[in-house]
Amino acid sequence: MKVIDAKGVSIRYITGDFKDIGLKEYVVRKLKGNYHVVNFWADRDITFSLDQGDMLGIIGGNGAGKSTLLKAIAGIMVPTKGKIKVKGTIAALLELASGFDGDLTVKENTYLRGAFLGYTRAFMDEMYGKIIAFAELEDFQNRPFKQLSSGMKSRLAFSIACLVDPDIMILDEVLSVGDGAFRKKSGDKMKEILSHGVTGILVSHSISQVREMCNKILWLDHGRQIAFGDNVQELCDAYEEFLQTKRLPENAEEITALAEEHALRVEREKAKKQEAEVKKLKALLESDDEEVALKAALRIVRQKKPELLKEKK
Amino acid sequence: MLKKKIRKLKANRFLFEELVKRDFKQKYKRTVLGMGWSILSPLLILLVMRLIFTRFFGRDMPFYTTYLFAGNLMFNFFKESTSGGMTALRGNSAIFTKINVPKYLFLLSKNVSSVFNFLLSMVVFFVFAAIDGVTFKPSCLMIFYPICTLTVFNIGFGMILSAMHVFFQDTKYLYDIFVRLLLYMSAIFYDVSAYPEQVQRLFLLNPVYVNIKYVRVIVINGTVPSLMYHGLLLLYALIALGIGALIYKKQNHRFLYYV
Repeated sequence: MKVIDAKGVSIRYITGDFKDIGLKEYVVRKLKGNYHVVNFWADRDITFSLDQGDMLGIIGGNGAGKSTLLKAIAGIMVPTKGKIKVKGTIAALLELASGFDGDLTVKENTYLRGAFLGYTRAFMDEMYGKIIAFAELEDFQNRPFKQLSSGMKSRLAFSIACLVDPDIMILDEVLSVGDGAFRKKSGDKMKEILSHGVTGILVSHSISQVREMCNKILWLDHGRQIAFGDNVQELCDAYEEFLQTKRLPENAEEITALAEEHALRVEREKAKKQEAEVKKLKALLESDDEEVALKAALRIVRQKKPELLKEKK
Repeated sequence: MLKKKIRKLKANRFLFEELVKRDFKQKYKRTVLGMGWSILSPLLILLVMRLIFTRFFGRDMPFYTTYLFAGNLMFNFFKESTSGGMTALRGNSAIFTKINVPKYLFLLSKNVSSVFNFLLSMVVFFVFAAIDGVTFKPSCLMIFYPICTLTVFNIGFGMILSAMHVFFQDTKYLYDIFVRLLLYMSAIFYDVSAYPEQVQRLFLLNPVYVNIKYVRVIVINGTVPSLMYHGLLLLYALIALGIGALIYKKQNHRFLYYV
């Protein structure tokens, strides 16, 4: 069953003078012929589909059209061309901490956000305790929201968004919220949710995170679709190689080639590193200070092959 | 399918309630007198108008205080409701650019507090009218009609304004000027009968004036206005709502480019 089906999606964005000018200025500029609107395609001809339980990672640099595409999937924007079919409810975690009201209390904000996300009062009554507990804000429930630290704010936002149970979850750089402990907790929660058959979309600049969590990859560059597929490791390799060399692949063969190059590069770098270490060790051994050399050797053994030390005992 | 629709409706009602709560709190948190102030300030204006204008316009007009109050009451409702509604979209831009929500709810929730304020002021109005010596006729019951039409008109007008405010930031200042001009053209403190017949008819082009006139007729004269007045009020309300709804529908996905 296709949960998300995007066919030939193109989205045109407009930008230009109009944003900050008023009506008076607009009329004057129109009369002078000095009014400019720039149209540009944030996304061009993008096609992909996700089945239930899929986790899609969208990769690409700044201005690749990732956020615009997410907005279109979430229904905030409509594609200029093409079609996106979405089945089920969506929880889009886009820029989590914005949209809260500083003067309302934590509790009021929680309900308001729940309402924005499309849940009913009964549901929020039921979930409220869990949300506050997960955000670890039990002592702050009746404080005005503006008194919270920014970490607490994002924690609350994250908790509300992920303790509800959507069919589709959109994560835009949200897995880097809060302090270390909370980050681990939120990561675990996310994995738990995803293991329940939720379909997810992840945008992250951390490639290792994408490798770990996703089973499909969509690669965008300046609004163009470079690749879409379930060969996650290959695509990630190719992408990382692209980040190094800035060579954009044109077709599947080039992607494979790029991925292979990346593997070679990784090998090379590994070898280089080892070589450097060996050199360092040799230099130490050649110097007369035996004790220092032994210590260095021991450290390397401990790091690389701790099992050797154990065997001796 | 039906079940989904019902769930959606329920969720929207919940959102609406929470928005109303938020708007009430935002509106009244900073003032010490809170809600009382929003009734007191129009009363002060009324007092000044009464003191100053009675000598010029109120000489040979019976129940001039009630006449003034009726004008102020309806005009203030229009002004508050529309200028409050104007910020409904821009003020919530952080939300509708991130989450897909029905945008008209922002406007409706803003209007709830205006209607609430208006109803409180109306109670005060009837008290003043009684003190002024007006004898209430059954025609007073018809007051619900202009309340309804002006509320709908305000919502429609607020939709147009809030969209304008998204597209043009200076709408706020231009609207302030517009409201002041409209105030002088709405016969709040003078009587239109001083003008020739044709000019008097021009006043009917002003929807706010027609609402004011209607209230004056049913309260002071104790009669129900002609059918034409009813039709006119309904027409204005529906036109404003129609245009407003059309803009919201057409521009729904374009607002986010501008904020």
